[in-house]
Amino acid sequence: MKTRILLIERSPIIASGFANLLQSGTTFEVVAVADSLDRIAERIIVAKPDVIVVNPSLIDNSKRQSFRVIFQEQPSTPIVALVSAYFDGQWLKNFNGIIEINDDIGKIENTLNHVLQTTSGHTESAELYELSDREREVLIELSKGQTSKEIAEKLHISVHTVITHRKNIVRKTGIKSAAGLAVYAMLNNLIEP
Amino acid sequence: MLFTKKMKLADLVISNHSLVLILERFNIELGFGEKTVADVCQQYGINADFFLLICNVHSDDQYLPTTEELSQTDMSQLIPYLTASHGYYLRERIPHIENHLNRIADACLPAHRDTLLKFFKEYREEVEKHFQYEEVTVFPYISKLHQGEKASGYSIHRFEKNHSNIEDKLGDLTNIILKYLPGNIMPNERRSLLFDIFQLSTDLNTHSLIEEKILIPYVQTLEENL
Repeated sequence: MKTRILLIERSPIIASGFANLLQSGTTFEVVAVADSLDRIAERIIVAKPDVIVVNPSLIDNSKRQSFRVIFQEQPSTPIVALVSAYFDGQWLKNFNGIIEINDDIGKIENTLNHVLQTTSGHTESAELYELSDREREVLIELSKGQTSKEIAEKLHISVHTVITHRKNIVRKTGIKSAAGLAVYAMLNNLIEP
Repeated sequence: MLFTKKMKLADLVISNHSLVLILERFNIELGFGEKTVADVCQQYGINADFFLLICNVHSDDQYLPTTEELSQTDMSQLIPYLTASHGYYLRERIPHIENHLNRIADACLPAHRDTLLKFFKEYREEVEKHFQYEEVTVFPYISKLHQGEKASGYSIHRFEKNHSNIEDKLGDLTNIILKYLPGNIMPNERRSLLFDIFQLSTDLNTHSLIEEKILIPYVQTLEENL
């Protein structure tokens, strides 16, 4: 089976060029293309990528230092920068790999293979353990004993997304039961006494 | 290395201290001197193979008896063993943990105290319900099978399907005490509590393992042979 790539790139020329190049080989396949980071959590859930390739210019300045939070639906998935303009090299080091616009197919495949080999397992980064705003909202509802379906309706998201949030909450806090989450929420001042 | 009948009972306990708890579930009193497993078992009328099976499961993560071993072992003491374990959890261990937790909760803000105590109350009720179901429905069914009587309308398959998980909340409590309760609240009390929880949780995990990997296959064989 081919390695699944989610490509996030605004330029259609670059996006289709990248997908076509990879198609000529046998190891990689671009399974989804997004032109921005809007609703990226849901795109990740549907595409289930093995690697995320993103144009760094799509990441807001304010989120640069903690950009992995954007992709936390699959926190251990490697994130590769697809660079077509100048970026601060220091910042680019935060990505698992860098593909430059002038790289040929051989070099791109090498980069992707290297990234997959070196990131199997979990990416170590403190922010992976912090709850996102959405996860906090879901946690509060769970602690009130709400079901996934009820939470999905209240927050206008799919049940599938709620379940993914739940899994992340359990992974990050280690707490599984609603009663346990209620204690967590209380101790962290997420709910009023 | 698995334990054998010729070993001194004291050596078993010294090599795995949690076996202290197993002794009392077989009503074996301390003070057995240099007696071997075989001697002590004979003195108390316990089947030594079954006693060793339980000690080995509690001591070696990798060990599980084969179906053949199970069929050759006298399992008549399994239900009394499991019932004695329930008694220990409910009458001793859980109240002990609750005492620690009450003292810790008293040092917290009132709202935090209430949620913490509510959480533990739910846990205790869950465990009580779990054990009660086994003692009222499952164990009597098995005792009857043992006497060669097959009660209609029940089978061990139903127990297998509904065997609920009582470990989650204990894990939650560990996380709360370890990670989320502010650091300045009762550090010594919390340290004792954590050791108590870890010990209970190891014990309960083995207890579930015995029910799922020994009790259920054993009863299935009984059902098939009737």
